[in-house]
Amino acid sequence: MLTVENLSVTFSMYNDGLRQQQLVVITDLDLEINAGEVVAVLGSSGSGKSLLAHAVLGILPNNASVGGTMMFAGEPLTTQRQAQLRGKQIALIPQSVGYLDPLMPVGQQVARAAQLSGVSQPQQAVRQTFNRYSLADRVRNMLPFQLSGGMARRILVSTAAIGQAQLIIADEPTPGLHPDVVAETLRHLRELADSGKAVMLITHDIQAALAVADRVAVFYAGTTVEVARATDFAGDGQALRHPYTQALWRALPQNDFTPLPGVQPAPNALPSGCLFLDRCPLKTSMCEVERPALRSLRGGAVRCIHAT
Amino acid sequence: MKLTLATPATPARSTPVFNRRSKTMLTIGLCLACFVAVLIGAAALGDAGLQSSLRERNLSPALAHPFGTDWLGRDMLTRVVQGLSLSLKVGLLAASVAAVIGAVLGTLSATLGGVVDTVITWIIDVFFSLPHLVLLILIAFAMGGGINGVIVAVALTHWPSLARIVRAEVLQVRQSDYAQLSFKFGKSPLWVAWHHMRPHVIPQFIVGLILLFPHAILHEAGLSFIGIGISPNVPAIGVILSEAMRYLATGYWWLGVLPGLMLLILVKTFDVLGENVRHLLDPKTSQD
Amino acid sequence: MTMLEAHSIAFRYQPHGSWVLRDIDLHLKPGEIVGLSGPSGRGKTTLAKILAGLLNATQGQVSLDGRPLPQRGHCPVQLILQNPELAVNPRWHISQILQEGYDTAPQPQLLQSLSIETGWLSRWPNELSGGELQRIAVARALGPHTRYIIADEITTMLDAITQAQIWQSLLEQARLRNLGVLVISHDAPLLARMCHRLVTMPE
Repeated sequence: MLTVENLSVTFSMYNDGLRQQQLVVITDLDLEINAGEVVAVLGSSGSGKSLLAHAVLGILPNNASVGGTMMFAGEPLTTQRQAQLRGKQIALIPQSVGYLDPLMPVGQQVARAAQLSGVSQPQQAVRQTFNRYSLADRVRNMLPFQLSGGMARRILVSTAAIGQAQLIIADEPTPGLHPDVVAETLRHLRELADSGKAVMLITHDIQAALAVADRVAVFYAGTTVEVARATDFAGDGQALRHPYTQALWRALPQNDFTPLPGVQPAPNALPSGCLFLDRCPLKTSMCEVERPALRSLRGGAVRCIHAT
Repeated sequence: MKLTLATPATPARSTPVFNRRSKTMLTIGLCLACFVAVLIGAAALGDAGLQSSLRERNLSPALAHPFGTDWLGRDMLTRVVQGLSLSLKVGLLAASVAAVIGAVLGTLSATLGGVVDTVITWIIDVFFSLPHLVLLILIAFAMGGGINGVIVAVALTHWPSLARIVRAEVLQVRQSDYAQLSFKFGKSPLWVAWHHMRPHVIPQFIVGLILLFPHAILHEAGLSFIGIGISPNVPAIGVILSEAMRYLATGYWWLGVLPGLMLLILVKTFDVLGENVRHLLDPKTSQD
Repeated sequence: MTMLEAHSIAFRYQPHGSWVLRDIDLHLKPGEIVGLSGPSGRGKTTLAKILAGLLNATQGQVSLDGRPLPQRGHCPVQLILQNPELAVNPRWHISQILQEGYDTAPQPQLLQSLSIETGWLSRWPNELSGGELQRIAVARALGPHTRYIIADEITTMLDAITQAQIWQSLLEQARLRNLGVLVISHDAPLLARMCHRLVTMPE
């Protein structure tokens, strides 16, 4: 459904004066999402995962420039096409109710999302969707601030699910929420995928990702370092391909809880050669020469010359 | 196994100086230069052109008198530049007084809270609900007109807008997590006010102040126009425009059009300055 | 008795509103790592703020070593919040933010153990990521006068490696300085891994 190849996003920033600096925040990003599957994009803050969503939707800020190719449903995704498909074929589940109009009743907002998406009878669609997500009818007249955490999540999912969207992007749908609400939201995403849509789940939370994803794309410093099957995350992580993914898995409290020292490099201080260089336990001199390409390995993909 | 060429670490590449920010800075510079030019011009031209010279009455704009002359033979260019300069000074003074009153009351209202906040907010609301111009005229009239009357009238009618802005900013900081935590690091309320609130309030204050100037200038011109502002002996734009009204039918267009146009340009320049400064200081737009 | 104690704490925002907290008792000893979990999100954060002295309990009281929490000076009970972006002044440099918790300056070893790079110190908060800011917030809270840390979901928004880094460093400081730490979290494995004792919020 969605294919992203060699995506790069660069920002022009002013650095304390009149000169502009080019900051490359996403480099050589490759990703593929098919209908009926949930692909989790896993990365820490600053890894560029939210920017990926904005790039696909075409809503990056003015000082950003985009390179690489994106294909949606077999056709190239140009800026024009993005504007056409946004809200219709490609829908976003936003991070919080802050993205809703605080002065409009939520029922109206969901209806509007349906209308924009091309649904012929928005009011009926709203009723159906509310039903599907166990939202009482009286919720339609509530304002965003009156919603409880769980209700709010369901409303946000409704705005995306109500239309004909084939690709649904969920940007950090579980920020600091109660585990029950998190589980429910993830379940909804799984249902959407099972009904034939392609779902991109952007998150930093491994547990959330593994609960519903089929495949996991791991981001580090603006590039994909591994694409793994959800089942690869087990035991002590031997099935995982990239040292960063293995470090992530081992850092979980239920595993070793030992962190890999160091931090993700900032966009203006990227190393030449492999981006994981500074922290990698497998580093050799070959790693400094070139940035590895993403290659297939054991049913997934990895960007590392040492992976087996 | 496929290896692609490495993308080297991107160096800090500087683009030549025609980006948005340098244009903003340039615009700000030009605006400021305009104002300085008016003030210098007024000083440079002196009073020579203000003398009556009855042989040169009502001349239309020409090389010797680029803005023409009036019915007393006075050089219009001199009068207009002097007028602008005076309007500028009076406007700046009035706006500054209004801004200081607004900032102080806004801060007191937000920090002291309770009764003080209620009273000040009530006063602000009252001022906003009263007809602006009527209040202005009443106060200027009650003060007996003149420059003092104008300054007091403008100051008293314009402080509420800035007070509201400052109050909102101070309240926001006061309720923030970082301000609350600051007290727990042992900082006194005064320390918190100076170190935490000031960096937030100052940018808003500056932009608010700059945008207040055009109002003040226009109001001064207006009051002088209807006769309760600056006295007719002094060349103020409002006075010039008022006198030019008598000659509307005569076809001496330069008596009204040129001063009016200059006033418009002056006011617009302030507006442009304010918007550009705001653009620079607002973190949302400062990276454009 | 040397400890941080909350006795019969009750809290509501309005004089006749509904109770957010009712009859809560809690204690934290130096060197203890206590986990706090429970159903309602707001109640736990409210309790955290009361324990750190940012809010006053409507009923009941918080005592430190038998005396009420000090109102002035650097409070020995420090709160670290979930969202570091809101816990720092966006118009301050990182070095200023860090300095606020200290009389002189933070120890370089502390900064190192939290993986705080010197390059960050001259930056603005909006130039750092959430994980980096949270490390700064943790370092800021570990000033010399601090004896208890209330950590309210401090790593919920962070990835696994950053989470492990921050906690390993924080726990090490707690061991070295015999600090009491209250860990508020939904993450059961995290609490099981780190805490000596677990407490659940009622209702």
